[in-house]
Amino acid sequence: MTNRVVVTGLGVVSPNGADITQFRDALKNGVSGIRHDLQLEQLLFSCQIAGKPVIDAARISQYFTDLEIRNLESTGIIYGVIAGLDAWKDAGLNPAPDEMPDWESGTVFGTGTSGIDKFRGAIYKLDNLQIRKLGSSIVAQTMASGVSALLAGKLGLGNQVTTNSSACATGTESVLMAYERIKSGQATVMLAGSTSDSGPYIWAGFDAMKVCTYKHNEAPEKGSRPMSATASGFVPGSGAGALVLESLDSALARGARIYAEILGGHVNSGGQRGEGTMTAPNPVAVQRCLSKAFKDAGIQPAEVEVINGHLTATVKDPLEIQNWVTALGRSGKDFPYINSVKGMIGHCISAAGSIECVASVLQLHEGFIFPNINCEDLHPAIEMLIDPERIPRVCLQKDFNILVKASFGFGDVNACLVLKKYNDG
Amino acid sequence: MMDREVIISAIKEVAAPYTQDKEALDQLSETTSFITDLKINSANLVDIVLDLEEKFGIEIDNDSMAKMLDVKSTLDVIEAKLAEIDRQ
Repeated sequence: MTNRVVVTGLGVVSPNGADITQFRDALKNGVSGIRHDLQLEQLLFSCQIAGKPVIDAARISQYFTDLEIRNLESTGIIYGVIAGLDAWKDAGLNPAPDEMPDWESGTVFGTGTSGIDKFRGAIYKLDNLQIRKLGSSIVAQTMASGVSALLAGKLGLGNQVTTNSSACATGTESVLMAYERIKSGQATVMLAGSTSDSGPYIWAGFDAMKVCTYKHNEAPEKGSRPMSATASGFVPGSGAGALVLESLDSALARGARIYAEILGGHVNSGGQRGEGTMTAPNPVAVQRCLSKAFKDAGIQPAEVEVINGHLTATVKDPLEIQNWVTALGRSGKDFPYINSVKGMIGHCISAAGSIECVASVLQLHEGFIFPNINCEDLHPAIEMLIDPERIPRVCLQKDFNILVKASFGFGDVNACLVLKKYNDG
Repeated sequence: MMDREVIISAIKEVAAPYTQDKEALDQLSETTSFITDLKINSANLVDIVLDLEEKFGIEIDNDSMAKMLDVKSTLDVIEAKLAEIDRQ
């Protein structure tokens, strides 16, 4: 049994928009969510700018019980639960009734490191011989599956409830895992998404590796510069994205709004062989992942109209473009349009893929291609490969049918998703 | 020594955020069980003990903690701990 799979709900908590309406407007208008971060400055980070969602206490109380809010210190859980519940509501779905779980609905909700501020507090207590003072909330907030477990409880999900983790590819992978489960007939509805905590304890390692920019502390909004000649490292971000995936039959039966169809995709790894390492992608694996995704989706490279890239604003951006050119067999003016959300929100680490999948679906559904901000000075190595006109610097209003989204992560892991506009058939 | 009614109302106040069953909470008495009557998640029993420790300035050992499943036994443990402090 194979089902066609469609997207029927979206939710997002992004540095440039903490709900779908704000995020859509910010995307279209090229609004940056990158700000100076006092805490990073005080902790002597090289990079003192970051992208953090803005959520007030009143909003949090709409999604969590008073008891859950007590001692709630995992920002990743806050973002993930809000994005996930918003997506469920956006799909027109309700939580399962009190007596019985919804056996046909589940979630794959990914994360990297979870609840790190909570974990830090627990370690201090433990080292001070106060283990009994940890209370009951530490495990639920620091286990990787804390976010999927909370979502499952709030919605009564009775199908698979799990958490994936594949570095920066996490969010795109979670969508693919959820897609596979519905496609194979094992579930009808799956909430797919991913989240990432905010704060220095998540971001410090990247700062120490010198992969974040330190050249834009005085001009935060200019700091994240994918595909730019002056790109000097990524800007750390955080947030969550969520998509409700559903079998086409189910969506049609309940008259749901259909944002897009998922045609297929692929995940793989370069095995840290060849040019691949823990931190560098094996280009052969990236190209293979893209080609396999096109094949799985049953499309020809010539049909790809828009690419939402990984494109983090590091020295690896030209290599990514080269990989797309090779996998598609297209270059110059023949290359698809390509953009990166990271210019506006930075690199949201484990949340990047899902937030970017939400942006991808919005573009496809509403017929626009958001602008690449901070890319006035296109990298010369990229300009040699593709025509600058294929890298929109202003928002294009344009109907199109096929968008490809890819994410690449530490550990030499890749994920690629092929989305199609749904046209009643 | 503190009045039993004062301690019971303190227990009620501490238990309040952990239960959704406001009716059972209103009717809280010595025979009330935290888990079956107030429908409090068993994992939250440790939080209740920690909150009570803070409220009364006492420390509750593991064996006493294990007994604190209803209001009566909780009351007994608190009274015993407060009496220890009085003796000191």
